[in-house]
Amino acid sequence: MGVQDAEPLDVERIREDFPILDREVGEGTDLVYLDNGATSQTPESVVETMSEYYRTYNANVHRGIHRLSQEASIAYEDAHDRVAEFIGASGGREEVAFTKNTTESMNVVAYAWGLSELGPGDEVVLTQMEHHAALVTWQQIAKKTGAEVKFIRVTDDGYLDLDHARELITDDTEMVSVVHVSNTLGTVNPVSELADLAHDHDALFFVDGAQAVPNRPVDVEAIDADFYAFSGHKMCGPTGVGVLYGKRHLLEEMDPYLFGGMMIKKVTFEESKWNDLPWKFEAGTPPIAEGIGLHAAVDYLESIGMDRIQRHEERIVEYAYDRLTDHDDVTVFGPPGDDRVGLVSFDLDGVHPHDVSQILDEHGVAVRAGDHCTQPLHDVLGVSATTRASFYLYNTREEVDALVEAVDAARELFAV
Amino acid sequence: MVGSDMYRQQILDHYRNPRNHGELEDPTFSHVGENPMCGDEITMDVELAEDGETIERVAFRGEGCAISQAAASMLSERLPGKTLSELREMDRDDVLDMLGVDISPMRIKCAVLAEKVAQDGAEIYLGEKDLDRTSTE
Repeated sequence: MGVQDAEPLDVERIREDFPILDREVGEGTDLVYLDNGATSQTPESVVETMSEYYRTYNANVHRGIHRLSQEASIAYEDAHDRVAEFIGASGGREEVAFTKNTTESMNVVAYAWGLSELGPGDEVVLTQMEHHAALVTWQQIAKKTGAEVKFIRVTDDGYLDLDHARELITDDTEMVSVVHVSNTLGTVNPVSELADLAHDHDALFFVDGAQAVPNRPVDVEAIDADFYAFSGHKMCGPTGVGVLYGKRHLLEEMDPYLFGGMMIKKVTFEESKWNDLPWKFEAGTPPIAEGIGLHAAVDYLESIGMDRIQRHEERIVEYAYDRLTDHDDVTVFGPPGDDRVGLVSFDLDGVHPHDVSQILDEHGVAVRAGDHCTQPLHDVLGVSATTRASFYLYNTREEVDALVEAVDAARELFAV
Repeated sequence: MVGSDMYRQQILDHYRNPRNHGELEDPTFSHVGENPMCGDEITMDVELAEDGETIERVAFRGEGCAISQAAASMLSERLPGKTLSELREMDRDDVLDMLGVDISPMRIKCAVLAEKVAQDGAEIYLGEKDLDRTSTE
């Protein structure tokens, strides 16, 4: 059964799992939470799982002989297996390291692999729609190593220019790092095709999946990604935990990025021997409660079904796109409404995005205004900022209506 | 009109019909500043009277949100007649009083941009500061 046939979500039922959605933001003003691209809300099962850890078996992991530490260690380690299964990593926990967030996952590879493998004459190929997490990281590693960073162009309608990609990716390319889903344009990039292109030239392929894993089935092996990164807090999980997937042989070859406790097996005053995967990449006390919470988030999402979540988002975003673009003074950036993930970044002619989001806030509608950590992409789009509404499994068409009404109010208020 | 706390008529009026918008022909000093995160940018031109202390004329130009642009417009009306010392003594509360609305914490930097640009411009003119651009970050 494909995504198109996925059974609709029972959104009213799902909303019961998120009590925060019932709150008011000002007297008599219901919250309409459309800032899911920044962070998603947290279902009760995740909050409960983390509370239970703190209430009943809070202990450090991997080091205590005592009962609590054993329980915490098992739960924390199991979370790695669960996440591996969720993203199709057949190597299990050894291919899944927990980090702080997507950005840190990116930095682990940039430092651990990039610093030693890159040098003058080498090229790293990114896209113009990269989040700063990838863009700034590779830009700075390139400066340190003498490598060069190149950017695959974005077309006027918000897609990657694949002809340009074929031009840029050559035998000099050592790494291709691509965002799976654009957090600004809502574009879903052809990551399998780009992986093939990278591998044809013996380059590694890194995918920033922060905006993809929350809302669609992701199989890192089907994509053939060498590395894949995402964050817990955008997928119903807690803040403070991110994931770095890496093919086992690559993670084995890489030295650690952070040094310290937990990531070592044997230490003398002169030498240290690294711990097994993935702990080699998890120096210091890790995000234990958060890792266990992420396990619960994965359970929650899968209990609903990633196909269904994807289809729900597609329906909602198409509706939002159509309603917003009913007016000629609204520009929505990126691909058409029926070919994008659940977000719309838009410009209301004559009204600055910060003013738009302020008026929206007065109507209870939470969106993001700004550059969404894609400043260079905004330069390409020719705007300094946009207003972004981003949807998730608990959002309704009525909430899209509330967004549109609030945009109408902003238009009316600022009408000359 | 749609009810809105932050966008009272006065602010919208200054945003739509900015006063003293443009350039001065012969400014005593001119300075530019920005809110890098929002993309607000304002240039303030100031012309002093013959006493070298009293502000005689002000003009501004720039782009950005309604709050930043209205604040610049309102400030351009308030400054003539004030001395440079008086300008330098102004603080955030003076700007908020001038705007006459509650500004949410995230928007304070939009509100004070014009004031900071004028103040930095004065201090650079007096040789007490060395700065190309004012930034609120």
